[in-house]
Amino acid sequence: MLPRVLRSARPISTSLALSRPLAHFRPHMDPDPSRPVERAIRTKLTDSLKPDHLEVHNESHMHAVPPGSESHFRVLVVSSLFDGLPLIKRHRLVNEALKEELSSCVHALAIQAKTPEQWGSNPTLVKSPPCMGGSKGDHTVEEKLKAGRD
Amino acid sequence: MNTLIRSTASCLRSGVAVYLPRQADGRVCSASARLLCAAAGVHKDLGEMVKKDKVVVFMKGTPAQPMCGFSNAVVQILRMHGVDDYAAYNVLEDQDLRQGVKEFSNWPTIPQVYFNGEFVGGCDILLQMHQNGDLVDELKKLGISSALLDAEKESK
Repeated sequence: MLPRVLRSARPISTSLALSRPLAHFRPHMDPDPSRPVERAIRTKLTDSLKPDHLEVHNESHMHAVPPGSESHFRVLVVSSLFDGLPLIKRHRLVNEALKEELSSCVHALAIQAKTPEQWGSNPTLVKSPPCMGGSKGDHTVEEKLKAGRD
Repeated sequence: MNTLIRSTASCLRSGVAVYLPRQADGRVCSASARLLCAAAGVHKDLGEMVKKDKVVVFMKGTPAQPMCGFSNAVVQILRMHGVDDYAAYNVLEDQDLRQGVKEFSNWPTIPQVYFNGEFVGGCDILLQMHQNGDLVDELKKLGISSALLDAEKESK
């Protein structure tokens, strides 16, 4: 006769957690409530791409835009939905998910789109190249910054 | 280097000439239809532009003076592979081009790279192709022998 504890059903969340490779587990970064664009990006990518791992980095401070801007982002999306897809199709999926942000306030979006296997064998975030100041005095960027503030 | 400057200058010259909105068959267009005519004009020109040269880059600034880190990355990667004969269009010089190419490619950001009239991607994709060796193969299909391939052969 098995002890009662072994006969009781496991909670579903536990069984799912055990089936995930622990190497891929990373604590999610808490979304900053004062960063609505970052929050929107995170939500939309999570909803549409069901990522195993997601990083959203606001890189606006690396560019010629005012402090506190949400105009330049780097995203790393690890999802099995990318299996068998060429890079361009993966990037198009990300672009599609963030269509609204890209047409309004996001000026630059750097993307890394990996399958869980690819991430597992090379878990590194690419570094963005140094800014060459092109955003300064660029009225298209100024419009986007304004859209982000409104 | 001089060839690059000359070819870049000619692209900029032809770029300015090409983006004048064209009337559709000389018919009188209403205001909204004129916008469509103009947009169609830019798209038609882009269709020709991306096929005119084997390698076409839409970027911010010029290969000699990039105005954006991501555009510069594309220039540096092509330079590493010894690709110096390519068409580079500066979107900062022409807002119609800047918006038009995003619609044409259905791609929201600059830089944009085309090989043989086919959209390849932006900086991230070109970088990955460079890192995983795909870029050497893709250039080979264009009839371009990558300098990195030659360097590899020489070291053997």
